[in-house]
Amino acid sequence: MSANLSSILYLVTGVLFILALRGLSSPETSRKGNFFGIAGMILAIVVTFFSVEIFSNNLIFFISALLVGGITGSLIAYKIPMTAMPQLVAGFHSLVGLAAVLVAVSAYYSPEAFNLGTFGNIKTASIIEMGIGVSIGALTFSGSIIAFLKLQGIMSGSPITFPGQHLLNALIGALIIFLVGFLVFNQTSEVFWMLILASFLIGFLIIVPIGGADMPVVISMLNSYSGWAAAGIGFTLENTALIITGALVGSSGAILSYIMCKAMNRSFISVILGGFGAETSLDDNKSKQDQKPVKNGNAEDAAFLMKNAASVIIVPGYGMAVAQAQHALREMVDKLKKMDIKVTYAIHPVAGRMPGHMNVLLAEANVPYDEVFELEDINNDFANTDVAFVIGANDVTNPVAKTDPKSPIYGMPVLDVEKCKSVLFVKRSLSPGYAGIDNELFYKDNTLMLFADAKKMTENIVKNLD
Amino acid sequence: MEIDPFVFRLSIFILSIFIGYFVVWSVTPSLHTPLMSVTNAISSVIIVGAIVASFGSVSANEISLSNILGFIAVALAAINIFGGFLVTQRMLQMYKKKEKKKNK
Repeated sequence: MSANLSSILYLVTGVLFILALRGLSSPETSRKGNFFGIAGMILAIVVTFFSVEIFSNNLIFFISALLVGGITGSLIAYKIPMTAMPQLVAGFHSLVGLAAVLVAVSAYYSPEAFNLGTFGNIKTASIIEMGIGVSIGALTFSGSIIAFLKLQGIMSGSPITFPGQHLLNALIGALIIFLVGFLVFNQTSEVFWMLILASFLIGFLIIVPIGGADMPVVISMLNSYSGWAAAGIGFTLENTALIITGALVGSSGAILSYIMCKAMNRSFISVILGGFGAETSLDDNKSKQDQKPVKNGNAEDAAFLMKNAASVIIVPGYGMAVAQAQHALREMVDKLKKMDIKVTYAIHPVAGRMPGHMNVLLAEANVPYDEVFELEDINNDFANTDVAFVIGANDVTNPVAKTDPKSPIYGMPVLDVEKCKSVLFVKRSLSPGYAGIDNELFYKDNTLMLFADAKKMTENIVKNLD
Repeated sequence: MEIDPFVFRLSIFILSIFIGYFVVWSVTPSLHTPLMSVTNAISSVIIVGAIVASFGSVSANEISLSNILGFIAVALAAINIFGGFLVTQRMLQMYKKKEKKKNK
């Protein structure tokens, strides 16, 4: 295939990918969008396949690799529970990062295959692009691995900080920039591998201090990095499909990071610097010692309150995902609806561990998406609602964000659940959320605490609704 | 004076960032998780580089280190492509069911 023809077809791939993202503007068009994405991918693979010289020896290995990867990927996609989506996405990001590193290393050792010059004499522009690509790829890989371990619960979700952390990161960052520049003058493999190792290390170090509930930002950020890594490799290989896709994915992840930061009223820099929640929780333990009274309820009370309500708003959070309570919740809502009670769902942008996490879980439980509302669309309704049913959410409902300028979450947009006539709080204990601060909502007169596992409590309420 | 092809690629890159910016802002927040999984799937177009790496060879009968790295990269990217698109489809299918329900 001629280089011009393949370039044009790569451009078509890029357009198909744009259409794939465009489709996601509404659930109706989204499935068609996904098919555009698949078509774009097939086109890119076929075009590349016909642009390279095929050696039969390699072909066997190539097809085996494709099959092994394809089957593994398909099995994962079918088996994975929806609650595990955040760690799945983190795991997938790490694969993109690692693939980028492997391609760059391959190009470094056999630049002839990529038309980049000869080993040790790679064109100046190409070696810089390769250095940048391999570096972003490596840090995407190691960072995503840490994110995966944290989300999967293999590693503690709390931030890990140590003195001199920022200085160390800055030094490694400077070293990486230096090494990329140094590659121009000295293309030895020592320099190249040092660059890769330093990038692995920085990816690890920047994610380690970031706490559990900052994960929506982390995962969006890694999404963005995986895009920039692809773009970096795209520049190295002079491939427009990769450049376009990398730019699309990179900006997509960046926008999601921005939305998540805004939803927490925190600057991107402060999330990156990490350590949030680590120091505030200490003060909180002291204040917790003077116990304030809470109203403790059971499933019967909750069922009674909801039966007599005209409207209920459900506020799901990460606790619902952990307890896998979405199906029980849907059952409860079905019963309430049969009693002509108006039920809607309110979703905070950072509820859960990744953007849109709650929406997917509710969708899985067959909740129609037109009953699910975003924060700004539903926040005024709380004042006219009888019962707010908060299941597994905490910080996103804390009124302190509106009243106490000293609070670490001050200024964060929160759901105004306290404006409801009564609030039901399903929670395992009175422990504070990830921000490490007490929720004054627990001690209000119109709040009833339901201490239990979210799923068991919801199931009990269902029984009591009959 | 001739323009360096790099400038063309850079132009494509910058314009694509802007396209991405506007397209992604129009994505509805309830589909942000599928957005992440689909962007993840399409970023595996890195497989294009992996294919070149798999077949790029100086001599026809020898499988080089670069080829082996290429095969591994192909496998990794394939996990992502299949896994990413299928899981996105699975999620979007759930949003669809709801719609049917609504119409009833």
